Amino acid sequence: MSVTVYIPRDAAALSLGAEDVAKAIAAEATARKIDITIVRNGTRGMVWLEPLVEVATAKGRVGYGPVSASDVRGLFDAGFHTGGQHALGVGVIDALPYFKKQDRLTFARVGVIDPVSLGDYIAHDGYQGLMRAIGLPPADIIKEVTDSGLRGRGGAAFPTGIKWKTVADATPDTGAQKYVTCNADEGDSGTFADRMLMEGDPFCLIEGMTIAALAVGATEGYIYLRCEYPHAHRALNEAIAAAYAEGYLGENIRGSGRKFNLAVRLGAGAYICGEETSMLESLEGKRGEIRPRPPLPAIKGLFGQPTIVNNVMSLASVPVILQKGGEFYKNFGVGRSRGTLTVQLGGNIKRGGLIERAFGVTLREILYDYGGGSATGRPIRAVQVGGPLGAYLPESQFDTPLDYEAFANIQALLGHGGIVAFDDTVDMAQMARYAMEFCAIESCGKCTPCRIGSTRGVEVMDRVISGQNREFHLTLVEELCDTMLNGSLCGLGGLTPYPVQSALRHFREDFEKQA
Amino acid sequence: MTPLDSAAQQTVSSVVERLKETPGALLPILHGIQDVLGYIPPAAVPMIAEGLNLSRAEVHGVISFYHYFRDSKPGRHTIHLCRAEACQSMNQKATEAHAKQALGVEYHGTTSNGTFTFEPVYCLGNCACSPAMMVDGELYGRVTPERFDAIISEWGKR
Repeated sequence: MSVTVYIPRDAAALSLGAEDVAKAIAAEATARKIDITIVRNGTRGMVWLEPLVEVATAKGRVGYGPVSASDVRGLFDAGFHTGGQHALGVGVIDALPYFKKQDRLTFARVGVIDPVSLGDYIAHDGYQGLMRAIGLPPADIIKEVTDSGLRGRGGAAFPTGIKWKTVADATPDTGAQKYVTCNADEGDSGTFADRMLMEGDPFCLIEGMTIAALAVGATEGYIYLRCEYPHAHRALNEAIAAAYAEGYLGENIRGSGRKFNLAVRLGAGAYICGEETSMLESLEGKRGEIRPRPPLPAIKGLFGQPTIVNNVMSLASVPVILQKGGEFYKNFGVGRSRGTLTVQLGGNIKRGGLIERAFGVTLREILYDYGGGSATGRPIRAVQVGGPLGAYLPESQFDTPLDYEAFANIQALLGHGGIVAFDDTVDMAQMARYAMEFCAIESCGKCTPCRIGSTRGVEVMDRVISGQNREFHLTLVEELCDTMLNGSLCGLGGLTPYPVQSALRHFREDFEKQA
Repeated sequence: MTPLDSAAQQTVSSVVERLKETPGALLPILHGIQDVLGYIPPAAVPMIAEGLNLSRAEVHGVISFYHYFRDSKPGRHTIHLCRAEACQSMNQKATEAHAKQALGVEYHGTTSNGTFTFEPVYCLGNCACSPAMMVDGELYGRVTPERFDAIISEWGKR
């Protein structure tokens, strides 16, 4: 009987040699006349074990990792294809504490299934949410999403149900239609949940968008994907083609009489296009300059029509909410942060990866229980949460629970759930300078505080670092941050002060040392 | 402005023709041209503008807005080295300094033998195995200076 062997096609696994491993396993199996079937799955999210090879056995899927092509012979010698003992063996994957202690709702299938097999998707509860939604009046679909407490996972945390209701209530111009757009321009450093989901379970996003379309009466959809993600692009296109072929997309979705067309559009390396109005401009084929609000995209969005703009994680959370109900989802989490957060742990960390947990878990638990401390073995000195516009947190704040309001209370943001760890060799004055530099490189140029402020910010930080008239220039940095924070049109200029001010607040000594 | 040779002219006009009715066609067209030619030749701008009924300034404005689009021919392979925070936390600076020295170019430069163009990128979504690098769409993790040399030597042969 053929043995099923899982070798990820996820970009992180490939970046560590998974393709060579897959080739070596296929060749070795042929040479030894062992009948195996290779499934190219997504990642389980335990990136430090990648490439993680799994074998289906009677006791469950048994893993080996990190495997390199040169290990393959030894694995066969040890009989890994029947779950044999080997130094790289990690046992049954589902029993690993890192994996077991998660609340996998959105990522339930990622790493488990063949990402581009519609049959596999359906066999693992896929499209149950859509089939239920087809039978519901649009208002009831929106009610489930509202009841779930889902808030925008892109970072702004706006209640998804309210956004949908606004679009549902809006009327497009005669001859035009409403749109559902997915913001897959995951440009924040330290974030990769969108990528992992799109590569590991693309149908989940497609299903979420289709449900959104039914809820608000939209007939056209776009996934705006950053061009730095070619692997996700391929997976999405394969899945979209399969969904069309089986009537899950197109003119008559599963015989419901409802229409929804979906396509992927590629960005072109502009961070600002992750801002929703800038993304819409880009989708229209223009420079990605932000639009002043109002009007909201929900009222006048893509091509001036009512448009849903949701992040990948928000939309990918919708299928399980429709399948199991808003109440089910709401039972996870704390306070006003309901459901799960897909934490992305990266940077200088021993066991980095994706951890889906109900809101409320502390930063310390993530960094040490899951992450195992820094990769270099030195103390973790600072953590940046929420991407390049997120605050730097010192050790004294590691007990903060991952919860939107708790982070707001310490002048930080949870954002998209990306966590980047730094050991004690980090120079926080340099990181503050980098925040300004990044803003200067990526500013769309529309508003002055961002465009000019960031460039001046780099110059002033250079003077601080080189010790010129330091107190004066530090005051200038503070004032500049205040102007950017209060005067910018969008989050890029408006939040760049977060990493700068938090570095100043918590790591002042780095700004005052001898040049 | 160098005029387009007939093959490039053919490429530009067929891409414009194929995509011009797409809603928001300009970015798909620019991608389509760069996918084939490796860049968007300045001489293509008037053709694109005419096809979409835009001004040349509008087309130029879009090309120059996006970091990914380029108006000059790149090397045979393009290296994108991530500069973002997660990579910095894992000593990306060492890889960066080494790469510049090994290639003999700064960011945006092309090696003198025309093999590599070296570009910065701000996050490749590979932050749990930093530093990250991409060569022609293939992703690499934990790129130390030594690993950089090994990867580059492999690509140099292609």
